[in-house]
Amino acid sequence: MSASSPQQAAWLPKLVIAPSFVVSLLFIYGLMAWNGYLSMSASRILPNYEFVGLQHYAALMESDRFQVAMTNMAVFGVLFIGGAMALGVLLAILLDQKVRGEGVLRTIYLYPMAISFIVTGTAWKWILNPGLGLEHLMRSWGFTSFSFDWLVQQDMAIYCVVIAGVWQSAGFVMALFLAALRGIDDSIIKAAQVDGASLPTIYWRIILPSLGPVFFSTLLVVSHLAIKSFDLVMALTAGGPGYATDLPATFMYATAFTRGQIGVGAASATVMLATVAAIVVPYLYSELRGKR
Amino acid sequence: MNRLNFHRLILWSMLLLFAAWFLVPLYVMLTTSLKDAEQLRAGNLLSLPTAPTLDAWFKAWGSACTGVQCEGLKPFFWNSMVMVVPAVLLSTLIGSLNGYVLSKWKFRGSETLFAFMLFGVFMPMQVVLLPMSQVLGWLGVASSIWGLMLVHVVAGIPSTTLFFRNYYIGLPDELIKAAQLDGAGFWMIFRRIVLPLSLPILVVTLIWQFTNIWNDFLYGVVFSGADSKPITVGLNNLANTSSAVKEYNVDMAAALIAALPTLFVYVVAGKYFVRGLTAGAVKG
Repeated sequence: MSASSPQQAAWLPKLVIAPSFVVSLLFIYGLMAWNGYLSMSASRILPNYEFVGLQHYAALMESDRFQVAMTNMAVFGVLFIGGAMALGVLLAILLDQKVRGEGVLRTIYLYPMAISFIVTGTAWKWILNPGLGLEHLMRSWGFTSFSFDWLVQQDMAIYCVVIAGVWQSAGFVMALFLAALRGIDDSIIKAAQVDGASLPTIYWRIILPSLGPVFFSTLLVVSHLAIKSFDLVMALTAGGPGYATDLPATFMYATAFTRGQIGVGAASATVMLATVAAIVVPYLYSELRGKR
Repeated sequence: MNRLNFHRLILWSMLLLFAAWFLVPLYVMLTTSLKDAEQLRAGNLLSLPTAPTLDAWFKAWGSACTGVQCEGLKPFFWNSMVMVVPAVLLSTLIGSLNGYVLSKWKFRGSETLFAFMLFGVFMPMQVVLLPMSQVLGWLGVASSIWGLMLVHVVAGIPSTTLFFRNYYIGLPDELIKAAQLDGAGFWMIFRRIVLPLSLPILVVTLIWQFTNIWNDFLYGVVFSGADSKPITVGLNNLANTSSAVKEYNVDMAAALIAALPTLFVYVVAGKYFVRGLTAGAVKG
């Protein structure tokens, strides 16, 4: 295309981006609304658009399995987010001490982010296997009474998901915080040291509080990882034993796609959406407000 | 020993301890995959293979059972390749055009529409699964590689657009203005000025999309059919196929096969991978 005219300048960019806007907004909001309608329809194995009101939501509230999934979400969410954040921040601070071989260590801490949760789950399932994994290892080292069978314990299996999840995501938090720490002026640390403050105090009192924005955006991404985590549970425990490690995401999949209850599945997806929106919408709003 | 050395000692023991914790699963996967059934029984989690063999790798690739079929991961691996490459290229191209418009050719309402689009980066995809499977059915691409590819492209547009927009905002507007005065139009500026300056963000986006789509499991398990399942679904089926004796060596070899392409990219271009991670979280 040759020289531009003022007219071209006006319509061409809109034309270029229009398909993306239309498709994305339909994909996001159109399907969201459709899912919302499905959640209030009589759909079971096949979609059925007869309106039945909120009965699927009522069924959800009474479903023991969904209660377990929501409780797990809270337990997993708090421990996974807390664990990944704490470990990630610690790693970033340790790496910030001008250590030799930092690049190699950083690569080691972060590589789990490059692999799929399915790979992580498969590997940890073998490591945490009661008969053959860690337990077997400790016993063969002479700790004959060592026992670690969380993976098959109804009330402990969810902590195995936390361990594998933190293993995978801590490096990500580290990367974000390390980048932020690098942006901090060295003279602040020097000045505080002259005043006699110890290094832990300097980090705890001066540096970490100044990293508020990074803290929030990291928290946002990690909590969003937690709510969407589906793959890890599928690969590590498949929601078992029984449905002890179900999360809303696996509940939704099982209900809608393997147990033929589309209506209830759609309702559980809407509950997930509401949870995420409660966290994300204020963030997006402030983010875009703050820009201009 | 003086105080400084003592601190360094603690620092280094912590650094190395954590490095070990991150590396152990990889070490376990690798050593387990090189053992045969006998060595698996005789050894433990951390023992080295006494007689390393690639049998488990060959089995995982070509003959392990993933449910009823026993062709290993090979068909799944190629399904993923065939699907991932076009999906990555297409979503990246669209993202760069969108980012160009949203940064250099803003119009009334473009920011608002973009904000609405951005929610797609964050929403739980469970919300679209049920309606989307019906849409794919109408389009005639249900349970096919094409359908899966289409979903990945559409779902990827918000994040690729975000990446390019944030990068292009940093390009000086004067550059565009000067080119316009010289008579260059929308496409000419994109091709001659913006695109040549895009290499870093292009690499970041390609890697980000490749990693995400290769590692995806949710869409793969919901939207694919018997002969279009991606590698993650293949791996999960393989690891959950019950047999008389659980062959963990084959499971580990299969897990490594599924992880190799993204690990390779990470090792070769880790810098760009990290930039993608941070770009997704820290805006502007």
